[in-house]
Amino acid sequence: MRKIIKSLQVSFWFMFLTFPIMVIRVDTIEKTVQWRWLNLLYVGLASFFLSFIWRFLIKKKEEGSKKEESGEQTITIVQKIISTPKYNRPIYSFIFLFMLAFPWIVSTYQTNIMISALIYVMLGLGLNIVVGIAGLLDLGYVAFYAVGAYAYALLNYHYHLGFWTVLPIGGLLAAIFGILLGIPVLRLRGDYLAIVTLGFGEIIRLILENWNEFSFGPSGIANIPRPGFFGMKLGVEEATIYIYYLMILMTIITIFVVNRLQNSRLGRAWLALREDEVACEAMGIDRMKTKLAAFALGATWAGFAGVIFAAKTTFINPASFTFLESAIILSIVVLGGMGSIVGVILAAFLMILLPEYLRAFSEYRMLLFGAAMVLVMVFRPQGLIPSVRRKYVYELKER
Amino acid sequence: MAEAILEVRELCKDFGGLRALDHVDLEIYPEQIVALIGPNGAGKTTFFNCVTGIYEPTEGDIFVLDRKGKKRRINGYKPNKVTELGLARTFQNIRLFPNMTVLENVMIGRHTRTKSWIFGALFRDRRTKEEEKETIEVSYEILKKMRLEKFVNELASNLPYGAQRRLEIARALASEPSLLLLDEPAAGMNPQETKELEGLIEQIRDQEKIAILLIEHDMKLVMNISDVVYVMEYGRLLAKGTPQEIKEDERVIKAYLGEDHDA
Ligand SMILES: Nc1ncnc2c1ncn2[C@@H]1O[C@H](COP(=O)(O)OP(=O)(O)OP(=O)(O)O)[C@@H](O)[C@H]1O
Ligand SMILES: [Mg+2]
Repeated sequence: MRKIIKSLQVSFWFMFLTFPIMVIRVDTIEKTVQWRWLNLLYVGLASFFLSFIWRFLIKKKEEGSKKEESGEQTITIVQKIISTPKYNRPIYSFIFLFMLAFPWIVSTYQTNIMISALIYVMLGLGLNIVVGIAGLLDLGYVAFYAVGAYAYALLNYHYHLGFWTVLPIGGLLAAIFGILLGIPVLRLRGDYLAIVTLGFGEIIRLILENWNEFSFGPSGIANIPRPGFFGMKLGVEEATIYIYYLMILMTIITIFVVNRLQNSRLGRAWLALREDEVACEAMGIDRMKTKLAAFALGATWAGFAGVIFAAKTTFINPASFTFLESAIILSIVVLGGMGSIVGVILAAFLMILLPEYLRAFSEYRMLLFGAAMVLVMVFRPQGLIPSVRRKYVYELKER
Repeated sequence: MAEAILEVRELCKDFGGLRALDHVDLEIYPEQIVALIGPNGAGKTTFFNCVTGIYEPTEGDIFVLDRKGKKRRINGYKPNKVTELGLARTFQNIRLFPNMTVLENVMIGRHTRTKSWIFGALFRDRRTKEEEKETIEVSYEILKKMRLEKFVNELASNLPYGAQRRLEIARALASEPSLLLLDEPAAGMNPQETKELEGLIEQIRDQEKIAILLIEHDMKLVMNISDVVYVMEYGRLLAKGTPQEIKEDERVIKAYLGEDHDA
């Protein structure tokens, strides 16, 4: 009963708030005012029900978290399937085969979308090293992506360097940028780090936009060659398929690398650093060096992704590297579950593919996106598929 | 006598206008157990923080024998450097890594004793693999010494309080220090656990052949195991001596042991 009253209050409040925009409509030509009372009813009803459902869900959630506190660790079925080889092997092999066959069963257009999604998988996994594993909130990740993309575009324009030469250079350059930015910035913690990295991302974009002699300004750089196949020039269609397989390979390498990093002395240090910096230093971990490693490794992946992005679209301009991009990549990591490889991949596909296929609702895309983020944050703060960290287990040996 | 492992001269530390440490002198020799006692707010933890590099001292010198036996002035060293030189500490308000397992906590303690970095992580060469295996083995041995082996795969935050304190010691031991600094290791323990801890501390000294500096409020523990006791008050050293001497020292009785000292 109290819930109904609460919800009623909410709905009256909403009706009051939206009254000027939803109900009154001034016709400026006829100089009359239309009163649309029906809208008021809709707003009232909708907010009433939404608020009711909201309260219900919150209550369920609280019951759930109480259960968690009482001891048992809840591991979902999905997490279990992912972490046991017996189940996950066939699933992974199936996905892998499907991905291999993908470009042959769909159009070039679809393949192109899939390439974008895979680029975001790579970016998400790269940022996952920084945010998810090492716990450094980096809001300027897109800057390193831009470094990679412009490295390829400019090196190709001036020195005619090929894709394969620039790929490692792009990664390296991004890593160097990461270290240069990291040295002054990584002293900061939490929110401060986020703000400074956000500023850095914008600075890079503004430089690209305004330094015409260097980066050709807002008009960007066109005619960037697609990667060559052992010196052969490929047609658009073949090139797309070629880039697609390249992306699959890169994604697999990325997964492999992130996985290995996570389960290493360095990965442990990152984890510990996230838990307690003072204790870490007292245990002999060099805070700066360890954080820089995370920052630089994350940046490297953005650099690779940037080079591939430039080669895929054959045209880049600063508009591709706005803050929104950083925000999307970060949402992928948060949505997927910090530190969870499978979660990040899934989230990347959701975030990139859904908007593509929901073009019909394009006006509401951002709205839905925002609503989805809020819902996830409230009800699944640990992400879609929270990471089940592989723990170091000591097995007693029989003698 | 051998050279002092830790030698502190005229150490001062100011927090704004507050002088938390005022010309403190202290030295510790190998295989000694030294206790630092004093009322709340005397500056004991501040002393630890200065020695381990968490604070930078305002004045004075801190000398440490490094692993090669060379005497070094370590003022202004970063905490991780100090640990590399062979000092390891625990914290008064437990600072474990709560979401890592007991074993992993100790493995972090092995950080200064291992080397592998990005390359090793990516390629898992033979050296890295051996190093990782050794890290696990050694960590487990240390857990056994601290009687924590039954918790090995538990999350650190799920441990009972007394076990968490012992885990902090285990983690510190993992760096194979030459001097172990314990900040109130018995705080929050019941008498039986404290008794057990007493045995463990002596066992560490005897087996690892290291020196131990401990801050402790439990007088029985302090008097039982210390070779030398330093008493602090208002950032100054009040007295220094064997447990027997301290027990009989007029100033100490007045300032610190006071009414509740009934030995
Ligand atoms: N970071 C700091 N900033 C300002 N003052 C501090 C700081 N750390 C300690 N102090 C002050 O220095 C004095 C000594 O504190 P310290 O923690 O060293 O005492 P302690 O002897 O360890 O006491 P306890 O037995 O309660 O642990 C106190 O007055 C404390 O308020
Ligand atoms: Mg203290």
